Amino acid sequence: MGAGHAHRLHRPGTSRVHTLPPHTKLAAVLAFVVVVVSTPREAMWAFGLYAVLLAAVAGVARVPPGFLLRRLLIEVPFVAFAVLMPFVAQGPRTEVLGLSLSVSGLWGAWNVLAKGTLGVAASVLLAATTPLRDLLLGLQRLRLPSLLVQIATFMIRYGDLITDEMRRMRIARASRGFEARGVRHWGVLAASAGALFIRSYERGERVHLAMVSRGYTGSLPVIDEVTASRAQWSRALALPVAALAVCLLGWTL
Amino acid sequence: MDPVTDSATTAVPASLKVAGLAFAYPDGHQALFGVDFRVERGERVALLGPNGAGKTTLVLHLNGILTPGAGTVTVAGLPVGARNMAEIRRRVGIVFQDPDDQLFMPTVREDVAFGPAAAGLRGAELEARVERALALVGMAGSGNRPPHHLSFGQRRRVAVATVLAMEPEILVLDEPSSNLDPASRRELADILRSLDVTVLMVTHDLPYALELCPRSLILSDGVIAADGPTAGLLGDGELMRAHRLELPFGFDPRTVAPRP
Repeated sequence: MGAGHAHRLHRPGTSRVHTLPPHTKLAAVLAFVVVVVSTPREAMWAFGLYAVLLAAVAGVARVPPGFLLRRLLIEVPFVAFAVLMPFVAQGPRTEVLGLSLSVSGLWGAWNVLAKGTLGVAASVLLAATTPLRDLLLGLQRLRLPSLLVQIATFMIRYGDLITDEMRRMRIARASRGFEARGVRHWGVLAASAGALFIRSYERGERVHLAMVSRGYTGSLPVIDEVTASRAQWSRALALPVAALAVCLLGWTL
Repeated sequence: MDPVTDSATTAVPASLKVAGLAFAYPDGHQALFGVDFRVERGERVALLGPNGAGKTTLVLHLNGILTPGAGTVTVAGLPVGARNMAEIRRRVGIVFQDPDDQLFMPTVREDVAFGPAAAGLRGAELEARVERALALVGMAGSGNRPPHHLSFGQRRRVAVATVLAMEPEILVLDEPSSNLDPASRRELADILRSLDVTVLMVTHDLPYALELCPRSLILSDGVIAADGPTAGLLGDGELMRAHRLELPFGFDPRTVAPRP
C-alpha cells in the first residue's frame, strides 16, 4: 500500500528544530514570509542575508542542502513566469547580453524570484522537520477554523485509500483489455472518475455515520494538547526576529 | 434520569429493550413492522436474517441515528431520544462492517481516543482508557501506527477497541466476521468471548453465531420471526428455509459439540 506516501517531504530527526512544538514553527514561518515579502526589492543584500538565515536553520536541523534544493524544484512554474517578465513588461529598456529587456520587468522578476524562493525554502524546511500530523495539530492549536483542519485530517487518512481504489479500478479496466489511447477513450476514464467520486461520497456518508455513533457533534475533540514553553517560542521566533532586523535595515539604508 | 420502569422485575435493567419498533423510510418503504425483544446484561445474542430483512435499519435505531415511527428503544433503562443522545451513543457501541469507515483518524491511538475525548475525557485518564481498550483486543503497542498500515483483521480489532474505549453497555457488531481469514476470525471470536459486555451480533455467518451466541433472533420482513437457543433455530430446517437462511455446505449444527 501507499506506505510513506504522505511523508515524502518529511525527514525524521531529533534536532532542536524537529523537536519544537509545531505551532511555534508554523507561526515562525508565517512571520518570516511576511517579513521577506515586505522587504524593498532594491535591498538585494537583504535577501542574501535571509538565505543565510535559512541555511543556518537547515544546518541546525541537519537537512542536507541537496534535499532542500531538490524540493525547491516545485517552484519551477513560477520561475518560468518570472523569466518572461523582463521580455513582456513595458517602460524604459536596457541592454543585457544584446537583448533588450524592460527595467521594471527585471525588477519584477527579481522580486518574484527572490521572495518566492525564500518562501518556498522556508516551507520546505518546515515540512522537512514536522510530520504532517503534527502540522495539523499546530494549525488546530493556532485556531485555524476546525472544519479546515478536519478536511485536511481526512485527506491524510483517506488519500491512500482512494489512490488504492483508483489503482484497483485501473487494474480491472486493464484486465478487460482496455487501454487508454486517444480521445475516443476519454469517456471510459470519465466514467471511472465519476464512479470513484460516487464511491468516495458514499464512503464519506458511512464515515460520518461512524463518527456520529461515537459522539461526534461537529468538531474533533482535542486529543493531543500541544503546548510550548517560553523558551521554545523564543527559539522558534529567533528566525523571524532576525529577519525583521534585516528588513528594517533594508528600509532605512 | 428517567425512572427505570422494569427494575421491579429484575435487579439489573435489560441492556437493550426494543418494544413495538416500526419504521418507514421517507420514500415510503417500510423496513420494520413492530419489532419486540430484549437482551439481558451480559448476554451474547445473534441477530440473523436474510438480506433486506431490516437488520441495518434496526441497528441504526439502537443509538438514535434513525428515529422510530412508532415504538421505543431503551438502553439499560434509558430511553433513546433526542434528550439523552450523547449518553445513548456512549452506551451503545456500534462496530460497522468496514473498518476503514470506522477508523477515520490518522493514527490508531487517536481513533480509539476519539469517542472518550468527545465525551470530555482528557489527559492521563484518556490515555489509560485507550491503552486498556487496545490491550483488550490484543493491539497494545500499535497506538502510533496509521490504520492503513494494519492488516484487515487488525483493523477490525482496532474498530472493536474504538468502541470498547467508550465503556459501552452493549456492543453491536455488524457482520463482524466478513472478509476475515480463518485465523483472524478465530482471534476475533476469542476476543469477543473474553469481553465482559453485552453483545448483539448482526450476521449472515451462521456457524459464527453458533460459536459465539447461545441465543439468536431471526429478523425477517421487518419482524422478529423467531427467538431461541441458536442451536435449536439452526437445526430447524423448515424455519431456516422459510427465512432464506442457509447453512454452509457440510455444516450440521447438531454435530457441533457445545463449547465448555
